[in-house]
Amino acid sequence: MSALFEYIIRLGDDSLILGHRMSEWCGHGPILEEDIAMTNIALDLVGQATSLLNYAGDVEGNGRDGDKLAFLRYDREYKNTLLVEQPNGDFGTTIMRQFLFDAYRKPLFEKLQNSADKQLSAIAEKSLKETKYHLKHSAEWVIRLGDGTEESHQRIQESLNTLWRYSSELFYTDEVDAELLSQGIITDIAEVRAEWEVTVKNVFEEATLHIPTNNWKQEGGRKGMHSENMGFILAELQYMQRAYPNMEW
Amino acid sequence: MKDINISELERKFQEKIDKDIKIEPKDWMPDDYRQTLIRQISQHAHSEIVGMLPEGNWITRAPNLRRKAVLLAKVQDEAGHGLYLYSSVETLGANREETIDDLHSGKAKYSSIFNYPTVSWADMGAIGWLVDGAAIMNQVPLCRCSYGPYARAMVRVCKEESFHQRQGFEIMAQLAKGTPVQKEMAQDALNRFWWPSLMMFGPNDAESKHTAQSVKWKIKRHTNDELRQMFVDATVPQAELIGLTIPDKDLKFNEETGHYESGAINWDEFWEVVKGNGPCNKDRVDTRRKAKEDGMWVVEAANAYAEKRNRRKSA
Amino acid sequence: MSKKEWPLWEIFIRSKAGLNHKHVGSLRAADAEMAVENGRDVYTRRSEGISIWAVESKDVYASDPTEADSLFEPSDSKVYRHPTFYDVPDGISHM
Repeated sequence: MSALFEYIIRLGDDSLILGHRMSEWCGHGPILEEDIAMTNIALDLVGQATSLLNYAGDVEGNGRDGDKLAFLRYDREYKNTLLVEQPNGDFGTTIMRQFLFDAYRKPLFEKLQNSADKQLSAIAEKSLKETKYHLKHSAEWVIRLGDGTEESHQRIQESLNTLWRYSSELFYTDEVDAELLSQGIITDIAEVRAEWEVTVKNVFEEATLHIPTNNWKQEGGRKGMHSENMGFILAELQYMQRAYPNMEW
Repeated sequence: MKDINISELERKFQEKIDKDIKIEPKDWMPDDYRQTLIRQISQHAHSEIVGMLPEGNWITRAPNLRRKAVLLAKVQDEAGHGLYLYSSVETLGANREETIDDLHSGKAKYSSIFNYPTVSWADMGAIGWLVDGAAIMNQVPLCRCSYGPYARAMVRVCKEESFHQRQGFEIMAQLAKGTPVQKEMAQDALNRFWWPSLMMFGPNDAESKHTAQSVKWKIKRHTNDELRQMFVDATVPQAELIGLTIPDKDLKFNEETGHYESGAINWDEFWEVVKGNGPCNKDRVDTRRKAKEDGMWVVEAANAYAEKRNRRKSA
Repeated sequence: MSKKEWPLWEIFIRSKAGLNHKHVGSLRAADAEMAVENGRDVYTRRSEGISIWAVESKDVYASDPTEADSLFEPSDSKVYRHPTFYDVPDGISHM
């Protein structure tokens, strides 16, 4: 398995699983306008997952396409971060999860635009436009909820406390990254992290939120070790492909 | 004196309608016209919103990425259409959230079709093909409705919905040419959704209490039975084309009239579902109520933040 | 429970460069930024626009339809404001 394949799978699975989570909101949003906004984000993420997983399939060269990769892998073969598989919770938790993710994805795609890999850079360029909007949307909501009512402040602070432990995995690196870094396909994740830290700090300040002092980290997704949530996500995601194998839909 | 004025206003109003001049929000209109529109448009809006649920149910289980994106976009459109319609209800002086509360309290109705469950993937096909197909029959004439904001909303809705029926038919066609188990799934969905789709046009003309006045006001341009007939005539050949069987043993083509004749509709079932005894009535309304209740703190927070910010700006 | 709803906004969309913003409908939003974003999500899902105006509905001051006769009909008789009112001899093509 090539490092490039593994890297694209990680990116693609983040989009796929977060898109899945976001799509669970469709029809249940706090207000109609926001329901539509969240579905737009879900659609962008599903679109990114499609491009990335299709490309991963091409890189692999074993005839697997995006659908095969999205629907027919075992749980350990999914490489999304633990953050994106966390349950939606209330609207604030969904927004906080999205914000932590968007604040990482935006600088990441900015750097990937200059990737030596042309296809990856093209996907990054398109996805960046979407991600900029997602970040604007989620950051504004973090601020509204943080600096809104007493109840909303408490709720979103609670969401931050719960999700904070999953944020460091966004910057997880191993031999996959080292190899791609040496080939000029990706840049040093430290640059992305530095930008993320600035965004997070500024937005939380405006939102009057406190970064949790508990720095114990939860990681595993990038290596295929997931939380209990993942099995349930896959049970739904893969339901049709598993129940009715080898059919066209 | 006042009475004379009113009847004069009413005469002028009807004259405008007869000349196909649109009525706009600030124009004088009879109170009954306003109330009929508020009822009809908000019911229509509620149907779009409740209608998100039976399909939304399958988004996380869609069988491939393309179908998932299409279904998401379609259900999202329904939210959009609900919003366009609530927006036109508000031009009549009704308040959107109050009409939504009427839905949640059971006071307001919505299309009964959404009280049927979606139990297989093929139901996504059947709903797009039949339910959206029936909805389009109803909605296309409404683009010429006498009330401007409603007509304009419907133009937008119809334009956007043109893909909804196609994607549903595509799902059905794909299943019908698939494996035996897929074809059976498609036929089963057609069996369950055919009759409720015919009921979507409402009671027979003889039983429909609102039709005559609504036709005169050009809020409605065809009767229930006319629209139902148009739907049957359009749909039966489509089923034949993909090799599915309409579940109506009395269905036959009348060479003389050029129309299909359907068997009898089970109106008892229709009225029971309208009354609240359908398989999913309670679930649907409970789900929508919960979404609103769970979102109240979000709505309040955004208001509170906007107020704070305005205060800071003016300070 | 509906007392805390967001204000109503009127949304105007410029469909492409060179055209006017045109009214497309309304929506609810807590603030102006949200109104523009909601306008984007609600009214431009099919690339209908490149620019959005959001105006709070309460700030729109509209003419009174019962005064429409006196407001607008007087201009009907002023046909001399239209080029077609004038005779131009044959042979003059661009004027």
